[in-house]
Amino acid sequence: MSEVRVAGIGLTPFGEYAERTTRELFAEASASAIDDADVARTDVEEVLYGNFLGELSERQGHQGPLMAEAAGVQAPAARYEAACASGSAPVREAVKRIRSGESDVLLVGGAERMTNLTTADATGALATAADDLWEVRAGVTFPSAYALMARAYFDTYGGSREALAHVAVKNHEHALSNELAHQQQAIDVSDVLEAPRISSPLGLYDSCPISDGAAALVLTSESYAEEHGLDASVAITGTGQGGDRLALHDREFLARSPATRRAGERAYDDAGISADEVDVAEVHDCFTIAEVLAIEALDLEPIGEGISAARDCRTTIDGDRPVNLSGGLKAKGHPVGATGTAQIAEIAALLRGDHPNSEYVEDATTALTHNAGGTVATAIVHVLEVVA
Amino acid sequence: MSEQRDHVRDDGFDDWLDAIEDGEPYYLTCSEEHGFLPPRHVCPACGSADVEPAPLPATGILETFTVTSVSTPTFEDDAPYVVAIADFGPVRLTGRVVERDADDVEIGMTVEPDVVSSETSGERVLAFRWCSTSWCC
Ligand SMILES: [Zn+2]
Repeated sequence: MSEVRVAGIGLTPFGEYAERTTRELFAEASASAIDDADVARTDVEEVLYGNFLGELSERQGHQGPLMAEAAGVQAPAARYEAACASGSAPVREAVKRIRSGESDVLLVGGAERMTNLTTADATGALATAADDLWEVRAGVTFPSAYALMARAYFDTYGGSREALAHVAVKNHEHALSNELAHQQQAIDVSDVLEAPRISSPLGLYDSCPISDGAAALVLTSESYAEEHGLDASVAITGTGQGGDRLALHDREFLARSPATRRAGERAYDDAGISADEVDVAEVHDCFTIAEVLAIEALDLEPIGEGISAARDCRTTIDGDRPVNLSGGLKAKGHPVGATGTAQIAEIAALLRGDHPNSEYVEDATTALTHNAGGTVATAIVHVLEVVA
Repeated sequence: MSEQRDHVRDDGFDDWLDAIEDGEPYYLTCSEEHGFLPPRHVCPACGSADVEPAPLPATGILETFTVTSVSTPTFEDDAPYVVAIADFGPVRLTGRVVERDADDVEIGMTVEPDVVSSETSGERVLAFRWCSTSWCC
């Protein structure tokens, strides 16, 4: 089985760029990734692209060929959709293809344009990740679904809005040095608690912003990287996906993420590591409660204790195992289709030492990314390791 | 966004709302006694094609809720409103809590299902009515 190397990474700034089309955003990110990898465009065998809302925000379907064009690559291309996990679904597919020997060089990525929609329309578009008949028609929005989980968590395990606020404060702090982040702005616990409620118990600062942006990776086989003398010291050594029923009310637990647990177990097993070995993680914190549920399901924190991890500085920049050093979705931003790819780009940069926060994880060799779709009916986890 | 033609029913779902309005709520069950909601050809838990309707228990217990202030366009005139998940035993349902101030909603409340109309679109919405006494439902 061929090892999969992260040869190049490329990110646009995440933020409010309503006028920027996804084809232009992806053109920038893919050019950066190809440049960073130093591979010939003619060597790229396929383009795997993630996007969630293109039909709603840009009236654009059939985006695969469009994005290959934008990247200047003459290769077959397809788009992957898994709601907010749309950006890591193509990464997982690319890993499988390179491992099988089918491909040596793949351009992988995703983009999303969201701020050209009104807040109400963006809320409606994001709600399409939930069950239309049984959730959306009862009034469920994305924030309200996570609010249902947050209140169920408080009721089951304890915890408070104040504990959740520490997750937001932490991730904003982490984003301060990340110039690509949507919100480079320090906040404190009272800012979070006093912000307007979107869907109780969650308020504005419990939620990630609505962002535009793109991310891209060049993934290669180990043999291609070696033959071409690429500087590709980080490998994707584990991949795992978990699934669950689409509607939250059909799940076994309202205050846990079984799909994340399944994805994590498969990725750890695939990489041959245990959760204890993870030095740093990027997890899907679309809402503060989402980070808590993720780190518990990934066995980075015991069930019921994830709520205190940020407050007690276990996951902060100088903690034992920092979580979301990029700023996370919460502060870095969440252009949905780009997020999963961007998490891998951030981790690769942290591990190879050219991330603004690399100095805080100098000895790190093992990392993970966790990307979730909807209310975690889809979870995709990747393990990355320094191998060269 | 594209609009669907008016009055196209969703088989299974609209029939189920009709049944709530007619006072004969049901859920679907399989030979393994898994509970699930229509439309289904097989049980989503075990794949059994032995799918039969069964009467829905008259009341459920509120497991979690949220006051939604920022809504989708289809509920703009309804907001703020309370959305909850209630456990009816064989199935859980997600619905709108009505006839109760948001401040008075709490986990553990007993509710019964009903159908109300959205103030924004006029479309039918699954609702939960509070049962103030054990004999109300
Ligand atoms: Zn069954």
